Amino acid sequence: MRGFAYSRPGTLSDILDRLAEDTEARPLAGGMTLLPTLKQRLSAPSELVDLAGVPLLAEIEEDEGELVIGAMATHASVAASPLVNQLLPGLARLARHIGDAQVRNRGTIGGSVANNDPAADYPAALLASGAAVVTDRRELPADDFFTGLFDTALEPGELVLSVRFPLNRRLAYAKFRHPISGYAMAGVCVAGDADAWRVAVTGAGPGVFRLHDLEVRLSDRLDARAAETVDIPPGELISDFHAPSLYRAQLVRVMAGQAIAELIAPSGSTAG
Amino acid sequence: MDAQHLLKLTVNGRGVSEHVPPRTLLVDFLRERLGLTGTHVGCDTTQCGACTVHCDGQAIKSCTMLAVQADGCAITTIEGLHPEGRHPLQVSFREEHGLQCGFCTPGMVMAAAALLESVPSPTEAEVREALEGNLCRCTGYQPIIAAVLAAAAKGGGEQ
Repeated sequence: MRGFAYSRPGTLSDILDRLAEDTEARPLAGGMTLLPTLKQRLSAPSELVDLAGVPLLAEIEEDEGELVIGAMATHASVAASPLVNQLLPGLARLARHIGDAQVRNRGTIGGSVANNDPAADYPAALLASGAAVVTDRRELPADDFFTGLFDTALEPGELVLSVRFPLNRRLAYAKFRHPISGYAMAGVCVAGDADAWRVAVTGAGPGVFRLHDLEVRLSDRLDARAAETVDIPPGELISDFHAPSLYRAQLVRVMAGQAIAELIAPSGSTAG
Repeated sequence: MDAQHLLKLTVNGRGVSEHVPPRTLLVDFLRERLGLTGTHVGCDTTQCGACTVHCDGQAIKSCTMLAVQADGCAITTIEGLHPEGRHPLQVSFREEHGLQCGFCTPGMVMAAAALLESVPSPTEAEVREALEGNLCRCTGYQPIIAAVLAAAAKGGGEQ
């Protein structure tokens, strides 16, 4: 790890000032991706601006018909939040199965969203539920925020403050975990209401994407069998030594079926 | 670049005040600066869990946390779990043959201790899930799970 300066400002404006003053400075949330990246010298920021000094950034609240989760809310706190479990239980279940217990105690929703790892779980939930990412400058719909492999619409120095999930929707997520790393080889999130369902896929492609073909098939009614024959362009999927794209396509169909089945007949806290 | 940063925290109940470079990992600070070598570095990549300690009561992997991030926190390492090494988990790991080489053991015990703090009587499935972030290459896990369940049965979370 190369050397860097460290600060933990006590106010949001001080955080933003430091990021604006030095374009080589990076915000530090839970560090679950950033610190390993620094160890590998894939990144060498001049300064880490720790967001932990502003507790407001970790709050979870209901606001104007939306569930607002602060960027610094850890996966463990989202999983345990009574509000999330009441308003969007599928999201709490998703958070409960990210990484492992120790990682969930440090990793944050803001970090996950800003990093946009192609196998991260949260981006699928944001995209399927039509959530918005709130930054210090604007509010971006998930459809516009996630732009590709480890890429987002964030500008230099722009900071994710919270994620806003619309309510009165249901959400279910199913993933096939790589047996060693635990990362999703295919994760499918289905969210919506009786009028319209959106389907987002993570882990299988170079970035999270919507499965429009399945969304159309679900427009009449929720039917897990609709996923069995869904058309997935193989060119959109990753092919590597873990799994060829055809195998990933099949995983996507099976995980989509599981997520839909969960929406039809919720299995409670054992689902995931 | 590597300016020293004043770090104040509590480690195993004792106040600590030290200057460290920001890039110092918490595990290196604990082992090399404080001499608390019970916390092990296995993989250094957030996977094996041998470096698990408690930060404000939560199990975390100290190889993936900077020492400066722990400023103001209360850290508990395996040395701080029980003054004589007789925490119910430590006793049950011995009785149930929950260790062979012992390298993963401090992390296993600390991860299990965090579980028992919040869930005093876990199911076997809950134990397995709580130890998902800890790797052991000797025991095959069965005796470790048995040890945690045995400690829970003896009231291991009621410390």
